[in-house]
Formats: sequence, C-alpha cells, structure tokens
Amino acid sequence: MSPLAFQLPFELPLEPVTAVLAIPLVSAAVLALLPWYWLAARLNVAAALATFLAALFLLMQRPDRTGYLFIDDLNVVFVVLGTFVGFTTSAFSASYIGHELEIGRLTPRYLRFYHAMYQMLMFAMNLALVSNNIGIMWVAVELATLTTVAMVGIYRTHEALEAAWKYFILGSVGIALALFGTILVYMAARPAVGEGQDAMVWTTLIANAAGFSPELLNVAFIFLMLGYGTKVGLAPLHAWLPDAHAEGPTPISAVLSGLLLNVALYAVLRFKMLLAANPAAISPGPLMVTMGLVSVVFAAFMLYRRRDIKRFFAYSSIEHMGIITFAFGMGGALANFAGLLHMTMHSLTKSAIFFAVGHIAQAKGTQRIAEIRGLTESRPILGWGLVLGVVAIAGLPPLGIFMSEFLIVTSTFARAPILAIVLVLGLLLALGALMLRLSEVAFGEPTGPNNPVHASYVPLYAHLALVLAAGIYLPGPLVAWFRSVARLLG
Amino acid sequence: MSAQNFDIAHMLAGGLVLVSFLLLYQDRMFALLNVFALHAVVLSASVAWQAYVQDARHLYVPAAIALVLKAIVIPVALRRVVIRLGIHRTIENVAGIGPTMLAGMGLVGLSMVVMLKATSPSVDPLAREDLAFALSVVLLGLLMMVSRRNAVSQIVGFMSLENGLILAASGAKGMPLVVEISIAFSILVAFIVIGVFLFRIRERFDSVDLQALDEFRGERR
Repeated sequence: MSPLAFQLPFELPLEPVTAVLAIPLVSAAVLALLPWYWLAARLNVAAALATFLAALFLLMQRPDRTGYLFIDDLNVVFVVLGTFVGFTTSAFSASYIGHELEIGRLTPRYLRFYHAMYQMLMFAMNLALVSNNIGIMWVAVELATLTTVAMVGIYRTHEALEAAWKYFILGSVGIALALFGTILVYMAARPAVGEGQDAMVWTTLIANAAGFSPELLNVAFIFLMLGYGTKVGLAPLHAWLPDAHAEGPTPISAVLSGLLLNVALYAVLRFKMLLAANPAAISPGPLMVTMGLVSVVFAAFMLYRRRDIKRFFAYSSIEHMGIITFAFGMGGALANFAGLLHMTMHSLTKSAIFFAVGHIAQAKGTQRIAEIRGLTESRPILGWGLVLGVVAIAGLPPLGIFMSEFLIVTSTFARAPILAIVLVLGLLLALGALMLRLSEVAFGEPTGPNNPVHASYVPLYAHLALVLAAGIYLPGPLVAWFRSVARLLG
Repeated sequence: MSAQNFDIAHMLAGGLVLVSFLLLYQDRMFALLNVFALHAVVLSASVAWQAYVQDARHLYVPAAIALVLKAIVIPVALRRVVIRLGIHRTIENVAGIGPTMLAGMGLVGLSMVVMLKATSPSVDPLAREDLAFALSVVLLGLLMMVSRRNAVSQIVGFMSLENGLILAASGAKGMPLVVEISIAFSILVAFIVIGVFLFRIRERFDSVDLQALDEFRGERR
C-alpha cells in the first residue's frame, strides 16, 4: 500500500487507470482529424494535463488488479513521472512548433500527424507501464517505438530520414529479441502455471516464479536485457539514440530521453524481479552492472567529440541511463532508492535541458556547438536556464542529481570499491566534458544570429525548480514511498 | 504425439532454417523476394501443422496471415517498389558468400547449443527443438540485416527474423492468441512505416543504398 493512499471523498466518473489510457487514445483520434493547428496544440496540452491529473488519482485510488491491467508501487512512479513530463513537454511543444511553422520547416498537414502521434506515444507508454500481461507490454513498447520513428523522420531531411531508418532497424531488432525473450518466459512458466493467458500475467508469474525452469529463465533474461536494453540505449546497443535525438523535433528528444528510455528500463526491471524471485536462476545484477558501467564510461569519452548540441546531450542520456541501470543492477534498498531518485531527477533535468536547447537552436538557427557562443549575454533567460540544467546534469550540489549520484557512489563504495572507482571516473570525465562545452556555449562574446522566438520558459524553470527542491529537501512521504518501491525491487 | 507428426513438424521447421540460408546469399532483388515468399510459405505450413498437431485452431490464423500477407502481398508490393526505384537490375554486393555462410552455420550451432542446454529433456521435445530452430532463423535474419546495405534487403532480413519469432510462438503450446495476432499486426504496421520510408527515401535520394545515407551522418557535418 502506498503511504500516500487515502480514501477519496467522492466517486470518480472514470477509473483513473482507464483514464490514463483512454484520454490519450481518444485525443489521438481527435487530433488526427482536427485541421486547425493552433487548436490542436492547445488540445494536445489539455489532453496531456488531463492524463497527468488522472495519473495523480492513481496515487490515491488503486484499481483492482485484473489479468490485463494493474497498478503497484513501482509502476505508479513511472506513470506519474511520465505523464508529468508528457504534460510539460506538450506545453513546450506548443511554442516550439509555432516557430517551426513560421520558418516553414513543418506544414500544417504534418503537424496534424505530429500531434496525433504525440498522444499515441503517450498511450503506448502508459499501456506498457500499467499492463499486467508481458505480451501486451511488448506490444505497447513496439507501438511506442513505431510512433517515435515516425516523429523522428518528420522533417524529411537526409539526416532525419537516416536517423529514423537507423532507429527503426535497431529498435525493431531490439524489440524482436525482447519478443523472443517473452516467449521463453512463457515457456518457462507453462509447466508451473499452466497453459494459456495465465502464463503471461505478470502478477501470476511473480507469484510462481520459484517453480520455473531456471535455465530457460536465464536465457530469456539475456534476450530481454539485450532487447529492451537496446531501447534503454545501453552501450553497445545505443547507436540509434544520438541520431534519433539530434534529428527529430526537440520535443521528441525531450520525450525520448525523459520517458521512453524509462519505459524500456521499467520492462527490464520487471523481468529482473522475476529472476530474483527464482532462487536457482542467475543473478541479473552483474549483467546490468556491466552494461551500465560500460555505458557510463563509453558515453563519458564520447561526450568530448560531439559537435552537435542535441547529440551531445543525447550521449549524456546514455551516460545517465547507464548510471541508473548500474544502480538497479547493484540492488539492495539504498542503491535501488538512489536509482529511482536518479531516474526521476534525470527525466526532469534532461527534458528541461532539451526545452532550453530547442529554443536556443531556433534562435541561433543551428545546432552546431561551435556556432553558439555567449548565450548568457544574448539570451539571458534561456542561457542561464541551460547553465542551471547542465550544472544539475553534471551532478553538482545542491541539485537533485548530486544527491542521487552521491547515494549510488557511497553505497557502491561500501560493497564493491573497484566498481565505484570506475563509476566515479566516468562521472568525472563526463563532468569535464559538460563544463568544457558549457563554458563555450554560455559565456564569452555572443556570435551569430539571434532570431526572435516565442519561447516558453515555464516548463523549463518548473522542471529545474523541482530538481533544485529535491536536492535541498525531499518530502517525507516521497522518501517513504520510494523506500517501499526500493524494497519491492529487492 | 505420434512419431510421424513429430517428424513432419521437425522437417518444416528445419526447412525454414534452410530457406533462411538460401536468403543469405541471394544477390538479385527479384530472386531475393521470391525466396522470401518461399520462406513465408514454409512458415505458413509449419504453423498450420502445429495448429493441427496441437489441435489449436486459433493457430490457423497466423498461418493464413503468413500465407496471404507475407507470401503474396508483401513480395508483390516490394517487387513494385524495386521496379519503381529502378534497382531490379542491380546486383548487390553480398559481403563474401563463403564467410557469410560460415557465420550462419556458426549461429545455427550456437542456437542449438544454447536452446538444447537451456531446456531440460523433460520439456516437450517438439517445443524444445522448435525453439532451437526458431532461434536459428532469428539469428540468421539478424545476420542478413547486418550483412546487407540495401534497404529492401534489410526489410526482407527483418521479416525473415519475424518469421522466426512466429515459429517460436507457434511452438509454445497454448500461447495466447493475443500475442500472435499482434505479431502479425505489428508486421503490417512495420511494413506501412517502411513503405512510407521507402517512398520518402526514393523521393529524396536517387538510391535506396544505405551507404548513400551514411554520407549524411551528423558527425561529419
């Protein structure tokens, strides 16, 4: 039971869990038909807000678990975080898209498609999170992949098409491997649970996991880890991620980093719990720790050679997903707690950075780092927002990521000092690259054009304020809640 | 299950692996599409046989989908794409037939070792060997995707990989229908997406050779 749970004084017209699925789905249909883009952008924001509010109700009122949908302490974290970032990103998207339309990079016809796809993506991600059936979860992740592929290629430039193609091919291969893993889990479960629907229901699986064939489960986890790990963006399966982030519209970069990577990670965590419940199966930890650590160090080195600002922050996302996977791979109450906190903070910070970067790229008319200089002078609000975001993502105090990274590093030092040293090395390398590029971009003589943009600063600073607040003080109920989730993860 | 039923299932699944090998070295577009159609026919027969053996009527649906969609509709559509793009005369450089085939054999050996080790002999032997075959087809599909540069061949590689997944799903006794239909459906969706892509790629580039696309890597700007 969540510590936040209490009885609502009134009846809801719709079950909240139905609402988080139905609102995006219906809006997607409406937006696909709506010809007025300014209305569509507002409707997109309204739908995302309604979904977020419905997700908040999930905190207070848990629906009864069925064979298809269920809510527990773990996925409610992801749903609330996801719908919140989805809402703020839709607000950012409204102003971003307006500019793209003005300069003619997008036409109203494409915008209709874009908005419908945005809500489809929200639907797919929520479905992946709340579904109780590992088959449906797989279908939802595949759907989320396809919608983002379509959006990454929306500019139809050479680069955008190549990025979308690469993302599509690598994402499909990943998702195919994940399906093979899912089938293997079913095969492992069948003798213990019986044939049919039950052997794919996650709550049934976890209750009976001890009786599964451990060898099959081991092989299944390797496939699931590689498959969903591709979508998490872990090295060496990350190749799609920088291109998809750099070439698509910036709101999509924000959703990719802030949400989609988390959803894939959620799938990995679910199967990790399944393996942990079977005493004879391999421990999933070392595999996750290795992939996480490799991603951190690899991405930290790669950061130094990036010339494109969105690509640069995409590599930073690989680094942070590596840290989170590492933390969950280490396991234990403290590391899991830190991993959850880090995931939340990274989602908020990285999407804030992309909000700033999106408007900066519009103002400068380029994404090349070398052509962006002196932002704090030429565009102080955006420039300082970026500075704050980068300071946060680099893990400097007093912001939220400092705290989560500190917890991960200290808990690792106590258990495996050598791993901790490698991790710290990666973090410091990344810090160096971030500070180097930040000083070039944010300070010095402003150069280049400075086009007017209708920037929306509210989503950017709202996220940064939350990250700052979390770094200074974490409210008691939130800590208790995350602790209970950390226990659940084992 | 009678020995005969088992042998036929075995033969069909093995046949799918064999056709995957055929796919690996096709260097002409039309030949590639024809072999892929054969791949889909063998898959369809294999799934239909599973449906008969397991007495699971719902499995006839994926079998029919494989036959109609993958053996007829998609190859015909891709043929048109190939003609419209004007690449039907080009011979694709398959990176060394010998090494590719050797790598393919290695992958089949690997999947046999992994799957037969992972499944204890107490598991239904048909399901067990089906899984090993299915994994071989999946890995051969992957190999094809990495060894080809042409977008159409990559699509064919991807679809042969999906065929392997359907083989695995049909071998898993009693696996819910939801998943199977969704697999077939996702292939359709995937195809639409790919179709859009090809159209756009054709519109923007003169070739669907992905090497041409590599020129536009963001890093080199």
